[in-house]
Amino acid sequence: MIKAKKIKEKYIRRHPSPFCPGCGGGMVLNSMSRAVEESGVSKEDIVAVSGIGCAAWIPSPHWRVDTLHTTHGRAIAFATGVKIGNKDLEVIVVSGDGDCAGIGGNHLLHGARNNIDLNVLMINNGLYAMTGGQVAPTTEHDEKTLTTPYGNPSSSFDVAEVVKAAGAGHVARWTTYHMKELIEEVKTAIDTNGFSFIEILTQCPTRKGKKEGMNGLEMLQWYKENTSKDEDTDKIFVGTLSEVDRPELTEQIYKQIDETGDELK
Amino acid sequence: MSNVKIDIDRKLCTGCGICIKFCPKDVLDESEDLNQYGNHFAEVVAEEECIVCRRCELYCPDFAIEVEEK
Amino acid sequence: MKEQDEYFMEGNIACAEGALKAGCGFYAGYPITPASEVMNHLSKELPKAGGRFVQMEDEIASIASVIGASWTGLKSMTATSGPGFSLMQENLGYAVMTETPCVIVNVQRAGPSTGQATKPGTGDVMQARFGSQGDYEIIALSPNSAQEMFEFTVRAFNLAEKYRTPVVLLADAGVGHMREKVKIPKEVDIVERRRPEDDENEYFDTDREDRVPPMPDFGDGKELLITGSTHLGDGTRDTSSFEAQDRLVRRLVSKIEDNREELEDWEERNLEDADLVVISYGSISRPARGAVKKARDNGLKVGFFRPKVMWPSPEKKLREIGENSKVLLVELSLRGYRMEVERAVPSENLHIYDKLNSLPTIDQIYEKIEELIK
Repeated sequence: MIKAKKIKEKYIRRHPSPFCPGCGGGMVLNSMSRAVEESGVSKEDIVAVSGIGCAAWIPSPHWRVDTLHTTHGRAIAFATGVKIGNKDLEVIVVSGDGDCAGIGGNHLLHGARNNIDLNVLMINNGLYAMTGGQVAPTTEHDEKTLTTPYGNPSSSFDVAEVVKAAGAGHVARWTTYHMKELIEEVKTAIDTNGFSFIEILTQCPTRKGKKEGMNGLEMLQWYKENTSKDEDTDKIFVGTLSEVDRPELTEQIYKQIDETGDELK
Repeated sequence: MSNVKIDIDRKLCTGCGICIKFCPKDVLDESEDLNQYGNHFAEVVAEEECIVCRRCELYCPDFAIEVEEK
Repeated sequence: MKEQDEYFMEGNIACAEGALKAGCGFYAGYPITPASEVMNHLSKELPKAGGRFVQMEDEIASIASVIGASWTGLKSMTATSGPGFSLMQENLGYAVMTETPCVIVNVQRAGPSTGQATKPGTGDVMQARFGSQGDYEIIALSPNSAQEMFEFTVRAFNLAEKYRTPVVLLADAGVGHMREKVKIPKEVDIVERRRPEDDENEYFDTDREDRVPPMPDFGDGKELLITGSTHLGDGTRDTSSFEAQDRLVRRLVSKIEDNREELEDWEERNLEDADLVVISYGSISRPARGAVKKARDNGLKVGFFRPKVMWPSPEKKLREIGENSKVLLVELSLRGYRMEVERAVPSENLHIYDKLNSLPTIDQIYEKIEELIK
């Protein structure tokens, strides 16, 4: 395993991070850095795009690559422009569950539909944590949050399943407990030419954990006990949900430019 | 191993306790004193037991711990 | 397009041709009346010219991807109308804050809300200036012919690159759909964004007189920190200090404000001896200008003033005009440019001819001129 010192020197800046004690954000940053290092992709070719929320702060400003910290929910749309603008860039989107599947839901659907070669890490902590812990599209029915003090009247949806149905090339789910698998998954995403979506259940001890009576470490234990790599259980499935071969948008666009005429701008 | 040096940067350690729990050799434990969050820092208590599995480095959310083989 | 200099062309097509001529490398958009023709044309022509075209799922995604593409070094554009322009405001502000060059065409239509999609209106003038939140300045151009749709699109790209800012092309359905002779030169002057020298490592602040920092591309190895939050010169977020907010926001505003003399542009006729000056812009400025000509032909001392650059506002000139003569503002809206003109012209001198939905005739405007001047 690569030394933390080497990863830190090459990939990390602006520490200490603003993340709370036990927050999974830093773990995602660690896994992303290690995945990039092991994948052989050059740091200079990476563009990390994020929206708004705690998750958006994972790459910006802590990751030593080109970062684009955008508006709430729109990271995938910005990332689409980046990738189509320069297909040689490796574009990684880091977006919270509210940012990605709430306000950003439409862009998530169409990014998946287009199967555009982006790597989307949805940091799922089940809440809008940065603003105090309001209910999110991934919050369970009846759950009490800052804006559902009487219990969540709404219900959640399985974002990964929706992304799968929308046609994403590669869909997977892991948790921050599964660090080794997560690193491998990010590597796979980088290698996949298509829309790679990784839902990462990530602990938020301050907003989620506190009301459940768990700290960060205990939430990791919870992930361990309540997930399974076996699909046929009642537990949350972790692993690959889908792998399909569909036309990838960037390629298609560049092909048409090639076929109709001039030199690429 | 006795030729291992483990460094925990107290400017970065938030005292989440994850490394302590994930170490397979009980090399780490909570410090007496508290950090700015009111948590105990992680500190090295049995450096000679370290097998350089680097699980602590892998799981630390804050890049606070570094394991050096001398 | 055939290898020929003169065309009989629709305004929206002329705009698209202007984008091609200016070197547009990326277009993302969404269909909307009365702007769709810009996109339709570019979907066909842009790939031929080596540029990337994509139709996005909505206007928010359109401008977002335009901004993303701009940071890969491409000249990027989108076109829309009022409802889409409203959706784009948040990201327009993001482009201002991150100093991202891009062109946003708003082929205005009758509003508010869904309004009359196929009818011209110019009610978005203030929105172009103030539509997004917070303090900022913007550059907005107002064409009144198919020829200007071509020329001002080229100019919009050049200004966007020069000042590292979004530029709004405030067209309207009249200008967008009119068909006229358009002369397309073989070559046009093109401005490229200034890329950093080896010793320049701040891309979000500068002490330069023009207030414009250099702009690298993604992939240049600069480890860019691009953010819509208030930031320091190297892009680091600073969401608490007075110094950071004061320095950044003032510079963004002064970037346009202090360069206004270079930016201002208008058409003026016979202002020197005018008892009445007609101020107009957009498609209604065509019959307005015709009415002024008729007035002059009839011996009436009428002048004509047409801002080509709406923002920054030609306020100094407007004040000068307002001090020296009566003013008749002729516009295809009730609140488009009115409050800006009211700011500059004393109320006893200002008269309004506001029309909605369709263009008045030269005679209708002339009648009002006659009434005022006698």
